[in-house]
Amino acid sequence: MSTIIAYFKGIGQGLNTLWTGMKVTGYYFFHARKEIITMQYPDNRDTLKIPERFRGRVVMLHDQNNEHACNGCTMCEMACPNGSIKIITDKILNPETGKAVRIIDKHIYHFSMCTLCNLCVQACPSNALAMDNSYENSVYDRSELTFVLNQPGSKIRDNVKD
Amino acid sequence: MNAIYDFSILTGGIHERLSGLMSPTAVMITEMVIIGTLLIVFVALMGLVLVLAERKVAAFFQLRLGPNRVGPWGSLQTLADFLKLLTKELITTKSADKFLYNLAPFIVMLTPFLALGVIPFAPGLQIMDMNIGVFFITAVSSMGVLGILIGGWASNNKYSLIGGMRSAAMVVSYELSVTLAIMTMVIMTESLSLSEIIASQSDGWWIIKGHIPALIAFLLYLTASTAETNRGPFDLAEAESELTAGFHTEYGGIKFAFFFLSEFVNMLVVASIATILFFGGWMPFHLPFEWAVGFNHIMDFIPGIVWGFGKVTFVIFLMMWFRWTFPRLRIDQILNLEWKYLLPMNLVNFLLMALIALSGFYL
Ligand code: SF4
Ligand code: SF4
Repeated sequence: MSTIIAYFKGIGQGLNTLWTGMKVTGYYFFHARKEIITMQYPDNRDTLKIPERFRGRVVMLHDQNNEHACNGCTMCEMACPNGSIKIITDKILNPETGKAVRIIDKHIYHFSMCTLCNLCVQACPSNALAMDNSYENSVYDRSELTFVLNQPGSKIRDNVKD
Repeated sequence: MNAIYDFSILTGGIHERLSGLMSPTAVMITEMVIIGTLLIVFVALMGLVLVLAERKVAAFFQLRLGPNRVGPWGSLQTLADFLKLLTKELITTKSADKFLYNLAPFIVMLTPFLALGVIPFAPGLQIMDMNIGVFFITAVSSMGVLGILIGGWASNNKYSLIGGMRSAAMVVSYELSVTLAIMTMVIMTESLSLSEIIASQSDGWWIIKGHIPALIAFLLYLTASTAETNRGPFDLAEAESELTAGFHTEYGGIKFAFFFLSEFVNMLVVASIATILFFGGWMPFHLPFEWAVGFNHIMDFIPGIVWGFGKVTFVIFLMMWFRWTFPRLRIDQILNLEWKYLLPMNLVNFLLMALIALSGFYL
């Protein structure tokens, strides 16, 4: 008896779930005009809005004084799964304490190898890195895809811990 | 029915003109050539339209735009695709069984052509009015799987073979359900001729007159015929994600187009039969009541061809809705569905319909 009940219950449930699915797609079909999410890219270039969390490429954040938060700890270099980051550090003497301090000389970023996985941004202890929203990043030569992320003449912000 | 919408006036006129010009044999040959050409053009046009419709409908279901670059709203997209397929080189794979490999697309294409021959689309717009039209269509439509099986076998490719075998297992089982669902309706219509079936619905469509059993039969027919045309969610003969393209993996160019086209024209055939059996073919919407005479008369002013193609479009839309909503079934699930659910339900429904017909408990 219970198998018979289960049989008919199965049919009922099956029909019910099928109808639920059809309601969802049916709603989309009849409201396609306002719900369509396709962006016709080159046509709507002027009005194109890139979502905030879109990962364009890795950048280093600089403030208005041309200061960044990177202390050259190489955490990002170690976090990167494809070795897209190479940190070159330098040492300067701290005038107050007289000790040698490590600073960043060049934060080299190979965009050509980057998979935009965001691991370096998450690994950075001082939140010096971020993803920007740029697109149309194609260039004519591979060498143009190697960037030095710290801007020339920039220096580390005072309040960043070692 | 308004007589001005009857196509037999036009066809009869042409026949008389031709008879005045030449001998009866020559008339017959000329008419056959004309009808054949028209049928080919019709099938090609319907193929183009249906493929475009499918792509647009699919796009809207998935919140995309679909083809929109070639022609206004992408209306010439399928024509462009078709021309591309025509100009492609025809390749026969080295290890394929040449004869069968080349034969398969034609067998597949033959089925919808034969079936279209007996389907009335509008009053008088029917190539041949057979008195066993329903029987003929059921017989002919089982030939399609032969083409698929031959194509899958002759390609000498494991994907093709698996696709062909799956298709055979599926179509052979679902044919039972399709036929039983049709037979359920034949109890009501008391005729196997498609035009008489339509005529029997002049006072209301069977889906209304035959109430519950007719509704169940319609759902069963729709499910089983979707499977018979190898469309999603029963498209595991092609199953892109598992079998590359299933039975037509090794076909290219126009031979591939034949397989592709036949799927869509089969859909048209299946939808036409559903329309004829349940929605009265080209018959306008009539109510079987005394007070509805005026209403029935107003309905008569819409031409039969509009009713016919309108209803076919509706059924095709339903099938597209299924395809773009439901996930593909596994082969054991498909066979379970047929043998454990559809077939028993069909048999019970068949009996129920017989009882209703005997007791006269219908409108
Ligand atoms: S986003 Fe990923 S791949 Fe790119 S530089 Fe950072 S860690 Fe490396
Ligand atoms: S960017 Fe961040 S993780 Fe990388 S070296 Fe600079 S401080 Fe360390």
